[in-house]
Amino acid sequence: MKDSYKPDYRINDRVRIKNVYPQGHHRTPWFIKGKIGHIAAIYGKFLNPEQRAYGLDGCPKQALYRIQFKQKNVWVNYLGETQDTLCVDLYERWIERV
Amino acid sequence: MKETHDDNNTAQNHSPHPGSQPDVKLSYRASRILAIKELLTAKHVISTTELETAINSLKSRNPTDGAKVIARAWKDPSFKQRLIANSEVAISELGYALDQHTRLIVVENTAAIHNVIVCTLCSCYPISLLGPPPDWYKSFGYRSRVVKDPRSVIKEFGLLLDTKIELRVHDSTADIRYLVLPMQPTGTSKFHESELAELVTRDSMIGVSNPTLPKHRRSSD
Repeated sequence: MKDSYKPDYRINDRVRIKNVYPQGHHRTPWFIKGKIGHIAAIYGKFLNPEQRAYGLDGCPKQALYRIQFKQKNVWVNYLGETQDTLCVDLYERWIERV
Repeated sequence: MKETHDDNNTAQNHSPHPGSQPDVKLSYRASRILAIKELLTAKHVISTTELETAINSLKSRNPTDGAKVIARAWKDPSFKQRLIANSEVAISELGYALDQHTRLIVVENTAAIHNVIVCTLCSCYPISLLGPPPDWYKSFGYRSRVVKDPRSVIKEFGLLLDTKIELRVHDSTADIRYLVLPMQPTGTSKFHESELAELVTRDSMIGVSNPTLPKHRRSSD
């Protein structure tokens, strides 16, 4: 939280993960694409792995959030309990407001 | 060999001495890693010494380091607060430091929430406090199943979770590493910090099990 930037999202904001499949390296797991969750933590900005994977400098940095999902909203046939959740760390460009 | 996303690091396991050619037939991935290593050193991108230093530093950490941190948190509530608020500052009090590219978030198990860690994309892991991850943590089976059926997976580790508890799975897909702060076992309030540390297992800091008292120590208070 050393970065003095203003994050676009706030804790508890409802967000959807973009359901897109770009070519090249990215760190958004397939099972979370298109799913709706909420912002659980704001981590600040980090070098962009989608660039660093190709030897680039990773700039501009990307804001990173922990996004929490109800497991029942992620998996149609989730076998666990209703209150179970899944948290995934995702970069801002993958997030859209609901 | 920093705490970055490397899904295969088996080359050194096959080769008894750095740089020597093993007698056994290498798998495709192992020979690929060896070839990349040779290219990087031949092109002076990284030296053999740097590589060995990195590997040694990676191997110099093991779960007893993480256990000391957990035991301190159980024993000292203000340390626990600092650990959860800013783990980097807290662990530095015990002489530990993180890899410069990563941050560490400590997630606390409570009576209402149980946390489990995975990296579905590869094998991100809090190496600074636990050393290299176990093979099962890197396996496709664990990574693919624990996100969608975590209760069955932890049951296979022997942990039957109450149906009222929220099971919270953390997928460390980016620059954050996660460490679980397990609940202190009941009956251990009078234990010394070093005794507590002995109860903290690697698996309990990943969240697939809970620390338990050895049989001979049960019913002590």
